Amino acid sequence: MVQLILFNVLNGLIIGAFYALMALGLSLILNLSGVINFAHGGFLAIGAYLAYTLIPYVGFWGALLAAPFLTAFIGILVERVLIRRLYGRDPLYSLLLTFGLAFMIEDGTRFIWGADSLPYQIPGWLQNTLSSQLFFLTGYRVFMVVLVAVAVLGLFLILTRTRLGLRIRAGTLDLETLSVLGVNVRILRNLNFGLGIYMAGLAGVLAAGMLGLQPTIGDSLIMPSFVAIIVGGLGSLPGTLVGGLLIGVASGVTTVFLPSASEAVMYVLMAVVLLIRPRGLLGEEGRF
Amino acid sequence: MPSGNPNSRLGIGRRTVIKAAAAAGVFQVAAPFVQTARAADNVKIGLDNPLTGTFAALGKNELIGAKLAVEQINAKGGILGRKVELLVEDSTSGDAATAVQKANKLIERDKVNFLLGNINSALAQAMANVSYEKGVFHIVPGGHTDSVTGSECHWNVFRVCNTTRMETNSVSQLLLTSYGKKWYFITTDYAFGHSLQEGFEASLKAANGTEVGHDFTPLGTSDFSANLIKAQAAKPDALILLLAGDDMINCLKQAVQFGMDKKTHIAGAQQELEVLDGLPAEALVGDWVFEWYWKQSNVPHVAQFVADVRKRSGGKVPTARTWFGYASVWSCQLAAERAKSLVPVKMAKAMQGMVLPPEVALMPNNPFYRKGDNQLMPTLFVGHAQKPPTGGDPEDLFKVTEEVKGMDAALPVDQTGCKMTWPT
Amino acid sequence: MDLVSRRRAGDAAIWLLLVSAPYWLTHVGGYVELGTRVLILALAAMALNFLLGFTGVLSFGHAAYFGLGAYGVAMTIKYLIASTPLAILVGVAAGTAAAAVVGPLIARLRGVYFAMCTIAFGQVFYYIAFQWRSVTRGDDGLTAWHRMPLDFGFAELDILNNNKAFYYMVLVVFAAAVAAMAFLLRSPFGRTLLAIRENERRARFLGIPVDRHIWLSWVISCFFVSIAGALYALMNDFVDPRALRWDQSGNFVIMAVLGGMRSFWGPLIGAAIFLVLEDYISSHTDNWMSFVGLFFVLVVLFFPRGILGIIGRRAVS
Repeated sequence: MVQLILFNVLNGLIIGAFYALMALGLSLILNLSGVINFAHGGFLAIGAYLAYTLIPYVGFWGALLAAPFLTAFIGILVERVLIRRLYGRDPLYSLLLTFGLAFMIEDGTRFIWGADSLPYQIPGWLQNTLSSQLFFLTGYRVFMVVLVAVAVLGLFLILTRTRLGLRIRAGTLDLETLSVLGVNVRILRNLNFGLGIYMAGLAGVLAAGMLGLQPTIGDSLIMPSFVAIIVGGLGSLPGTLVGGLLIGVASGVTTVFLPSASEAVMYVLMAVVLLIRPRGLLGEEGRF
Repeated sequence: MPSGNPNSRLGIGRRTVIKAAAAAGVFQVAAPFVQTARAADNVKIGLDNPLTGTFAALGKNELIGAKLAVEQINAKGGILGRKVELLVEDSTSGDAATAVQKANKLIERDKVNFLLGNINSALAQAMANVSYEKGVFHIVPGGHTDSVTGSECHWNVFRVCNTTRMETNSVSQLLLTSYGKKWYFITTDYAFGHSLQEGFEASLKAANGTEVGHDFTPLGTSDFSANLIKAQAAKPDALILLLAGDDMINCLKQAVQFGMDKKTHIAGAQQELEVLDGLPAEALVGDWVFEWYWKQSNVPHVAQFVADVRKRSGGKVPTARTWFGYASVWSCQLAAERAKSLVPVKMAKAMQGMVLPPEVALMPNNPFYRKGDNQLMPTLFVGHAQKPPTGGDPEDLFKVTEEVKGMDAALPVDQTGCKMTWPT
Repeated sequence: MDLVSRRRAGDAAIWLLLVSAPYWLTHVGGYVELGTRVLILALAAMALNFLLGFTGVLSFGHAAYFGLGAYGVAMTIKYLIASTPLAILVGVAAGTAAAAVVGPLIARLRGVYFAMCTIAFGQVFYYIAFQWRSVTRGDDGLTAWHRMPLDFGFAELDILNNNKAFYYMVLVVFAAAVAAMAFLLRSPFGRTLLAIRENERRARFLGIPVDRHIWLSWVISCFFVSIAGALYALMNDFVDPRALRWDQSGNFVIMAVLGGMRSFWGPLIGAAIFLVLEDYISSHTDNWMSFVGLFFVLVVLFFPRGILGIIGRRAVS
């Protein structure tokens, strides 16, 4: 029994890493621009499908490299044309618009690639498990955790070491002052959105190896991402990371005792956190 | 204030766009006036099936089969001399309220003669209750839960696909003798999954087997790793996956990545070519039941059917779903011709015991609609998933090892719980 | 025309359309059941808007109380007594009681935290409905029951087979609920809610017990949404856990925002457009999701205050 729980904690961290990747992208966009991107799952799907399409030309690794950037580029276009009009308005409008966008993306991917689930081939050496005991540590899942860690590290470096990152962090605190200081806020928001979508695209490429590749692939990941952000605390990226990991572990451990509750437990977790500590685990007082 | 003034950016005033949109909207609403001038004397078949969501691929194939049947029927003169028209509505993959609403729409507004649907077992049952209340002839092409021709059967509701019990009975002997008696279930938590599990549990009990564990997962689960970890710990002889649509793909992918196909035996009941098509080569494992398979070299008419469907599906072979749609529509024509009438009660009576002709059956053993529960007795194809043979068709992903007659796998009518009351 | 008479004319036009709907719906490609559905979901959206548009508080978990209303009806008819009025009473009582219990727990929260907490509670109810198979039959839902004809003693209204009769029953309930909501919103209590919406801090400084008002608004809003839920079950002769899920809540929010949050009739217009559009387009094309999605995007871009927001603005200027 203890072993089972331990296994599930470890496995939960793996799944949690994946949730965290999604949630971080969502959090970036929410923090700077106040936009609730309900289409995040749709961008995940786009990332997955682009990777699938690219594999015959550039192979698995080429697709892994290129697809998130392409997705981010699409995200930047979407921001320029649509999202930009939402700034300054009630966040509910961003919800409605991105919800409509999510519909369009789902239908669009179905139209282009079909409703059938497409077979996504991962390289042979990644497929097998690394240990007979810890059989759930497959090469692919470990690879995924490594990639998420690299992405998080990369994000951290961007945010702390580059000018763009500095501006994003400053903008999250006070966008108006930043604008007065001469920073082009439009471009900043645009790039920030692109960064967030890059993470969704990357999550999509990773998901394609684990889940069935069909237009609804992103659907079940939207809610856990929001919950991760809230549990971790709005406005806090480390909080989002922690939130994602926590949800993954909670879900995994619950499966041991009550498998049907594994989906519901994250909501219970969120309710408990909100009632005890309304700003989330690592959130700042007074935000939102 | 919000950034950007839409007026100046676009060059067109916002008011103009709104007026244009309003005009377009009025045109859209006015369009039905043109629409309702349909031929009032066509025979209308209403298909209320998922076209979006997780069952979209299955629904698409049922639709292809249905459309092919309609074309063929019209080429032969239609039903009772009248042209057949297929009206298609998207029930969504899981929203019963929408499925029921669309069924009402097809019946009340479009006045369909026959209702077809649904893939989702729960939606099929909800629709069946509506069609029963309104007395409309209804065929369920691909919704498997036992109750549709069992505890909640109705005189006007017929079913082409197998009951879940037929599926489990057809394959359980194979699994018990080949692998052993300790089974672990991972099951989708709705009518279909529960029904399958009950069927297997009955088989296990009869053979003194043990259920070493079971996990119910909600429809739409993407990650099964925790369930697989539990399953592995229980060390079963067979890991039985009773999952629907994409959940099956997700679970199989993950199970094979965990190496579970080497540690235990993966099996289940219903499997679909759409699922196998979506798996990478290494995940094509397991023992399953197919309800129809395209490679039947010794059965007449099948090759022609496969060729006809390939033309309409962009080169892909028909699946069991394609055949369900095809057989359902043809059954309407056959029943109407037999009864020489479109009156539901007469057609339903004509369907009792009706045998499908070979061009519609497309399988051995003369399937027929059983009297008393309106359930078709087809042939079930037991076998295992395989990588496509070198030099063979890339869609030859299933190896049939045994053909089981539906009658042998089904419960007798008095044990299905079906009590049918006919209108006087 | 001045503002008041313009509003009265608008109200009159809406009631006229609603009362005559069963007769003109079929001529424009609709059907009576569609009208019934619009009324019921419009009631739910208007109930949500009592909290959202008029108190300024967003709930994303209203479907829980909507669903409880529906389950109350289904379980009463199926397991207890097959009586439609009793079933409605039980459903509404269940939904309102649950809301009254949840309310104090969340009344301290604001903004997106309040909204997410309502989702959390909603999902807990969803989970219970999903798991408690012995009572609710889980994801398969409660079937094999139907709305019972109304027996008034001297006459019987066959709401089961006569779809027009059912439509008018729903319309009567809708009218009563809407009248009650309007009355509350015009009362001093309603004015206080508006004050809280406009500036909560100032309201607090004026000595208004803000948390208590929000709790009351919440309970009232859920009361009306559970009525809608009860009617929803009666319309479908079916209920499943999906009625409780967060995406159902999301639909109510969308309808309110689409039609105009700040307007009383906004959610009705939003519901009508949302449902009719989806129903109509999905009959004609597989790609209805693209069109509906595009529609939402366009509304947000070109109708900054929802569809009725345009009319309101012109009236003011």
